Amino acid sequence: MRRIPNERGFAAELESASKRYGDVVALDAVDLQLRHGQTTAILGANGAGKTTTVKLLLGLIRPSSGTVRLYGDDPTRPRVRTRTGSMMQISSLPATLRVVELIDLWRSYYPAPLDRGEVVELAGLSGLERRLYGKLSGGQQQRVCFALALSGDPDLLFLDEPTVGLDVETRRNFWAQIRRLVEQGKTIVLTTHYLEEADALSDRIVVLHEGSICADGTPHQIKSAAASRRIRCVTRVRVDEALAIAGVRQAYHDKAVLEILAAEAEPVVRELLARDPGLSQLEITGAGIEDAFLDLTGSQRREDAA
Amino acid sequence: MSRQEAVLATPEIDETTRRGGDGATDRRGRRLLRCWLLESRAEFLKVVRMPAYAIPTILFPAMFYILFGLSFGAGQQAGSVSMSTYLLATYGAFGVLGAALFGFGVGVAIERGQGWMLLKRASPMPVGVYFAAKMVMALLMSIVIVALLTGLGLAFGDVPFEPATLAGLAGMLLIGALPFCAFGLLLGIFLGPNSAPAVVNLIYLPMAFASGMWIPLPALPEFFQRLAPYLPAYHYSQLALGTIGADDSRPALLHVAALCVFVVLCLLGAAWAWRRDEDRTYG
Repeated sequence: MRRIPNERGFAAELESASKRYGDVVALDAVDLQLRHGQTTAILGANGAGKTTTVKLLLGLIRPSSGTVRLYGDDPTRPRVRTRTGSMMQISSLPATLRVVELIDLWRSYYPAPLDRGEVVELAGLSGLERRLYGKLSGGQQQRVCFALALSGDPDLLFLDEPTVGLDVETRRNFWAQIRRLVEQGKTIVLTTHYLEEADALSDRIVVLHEGSICADGTPHQIKSAAASRRIRCVTRVRVDEALAIAGVRQAYHDKAVLEILAAEAEPVVRELLARDPGLSQLEITGAGIEDAFLDLTGSQRREDAA
Repeated sequence: MSRQEAVLATPEIDETTRRGGDGATDRRGRRLLRCWLLESRAEFLKVVRMPAYAIPTILFPAMFYILFGLSFGAGQQAGSVSMSTYLLATYGAFGVLGAALFGFGVGVAIERGQGWMLLKRASPMPVGVYFAAKMVMALLMSIVIVALLTGLGLAFGDVPFEPATLAGLAGMLLIGALPFCAFGLLLGIFLGPNSAPAVVNLIYLPMAFASGMWIPLPALPEFFQRLAPYLPAYHYSQLALGTIGADDSRPALLHVAALCVFVVLCLLGAAWAWRRDEDRTYG
């Protein structure tokens, strides 16, 4: 039975938050509100701004402009940090400490931590308690990082690419562990490049591209958008005519080629051929999730430029 | 944001505080103490299980003391005391200085470059506890160094066995770890993770030499004798020499005042560097 926390406000919010490093814009005026008890996956390619978003929410960096709030408060304040737990991409833990030593140390940072045994059990570390961190396999080390993230019994968990580099079976076990936390009513922010992972775990998927949110919806909405077909052809059919065809999501010209993203290719192609029998160089490909959203943002740019 | 508003915005976390009174303060105090003990234990275990980093810091001053104090210095006098006694004070100070600058300074700098520190900074770890634990380790290393040098001096040198004097010297040497932990803190936060070991050596070795820690100051060229009073390590070694009656004529109060000013400057610098560091990411 899933427990939804009864709290006002948002667990975390970004309000037109930007982050610039010199000339590089890592995050560009992003608005994002995370509800209590919601599991949100932030999806995007490397450099899309996923980690920057997490670091802003964790108070590790400050926004260049805009505001960041965690439980209505400044995320750099220690009192807010007692409500969060996090797992980061690169966290080389000291190799010469034992699993329980790390867990106990981390528990001591929080006012009301979970019992050690519970942490060990939740993270699937039974039998490994006395092992040195450096002697563990990659998957086991990842589970120790997960154990630290949940050891303080936080309300909000940040999992930055938690399953990167894990084999399929380990990843699935990990998903099961994360689902147990979801059932407990934790608010979870997860970054990933795998749509499959975002779909398996989250209620909401936010797609980042070059520092901006380019899609935000339920896994179902995002998946259907991602399942688009891409149709390319040279034709007399104009962009506005193409957009009028049922099932067409986007249409634009790539030089002489008309490019269309649609839910299903066949009805659209049938319609195109009906309007322009002389259509040539027809090409139909599947659009992966990134393609789908890259095209989305690309077309916006082209419209902006026009 | 005022305290009141903060409590309203975060209804649960401060229940202990709101239930109020001394109980909450006690609990918070106990929690900090436990956290400090565990953090210190973790530091200690890291050193004990991987001693490669700590061993040079301990053996370096011992090696120098054996070479200069016990071999070349055998039978010589330095003012009113034997050379091996004089150099016990200065190499002791040199060793403690090294423990503070390397154990504390370089240790913090290197950890800042690791994902481990980023994870700690994202956690509610009390920052003061982390530094206090590093200080405990620097003090423990200092104790080992001072004990080792004293043992060597008694066994192989002309250090007279006067427990009260030796205890006074050891005490002064260990207290001296504190101002240099402040310096270590500044360097640890200010320096880059990769360059820290080299830069710290460039500060440590010349400053130790110019402060008369290797060769008694009166035996150094006049240039160094004039430079020394501007170096914190000089004031420290003079305080140590004072406990065996071998310091120069300057008043002890001057040395103490100089070190206090030095500590304040280091802490101000460290606070500035800490804020500057907040927005940086390494690795």
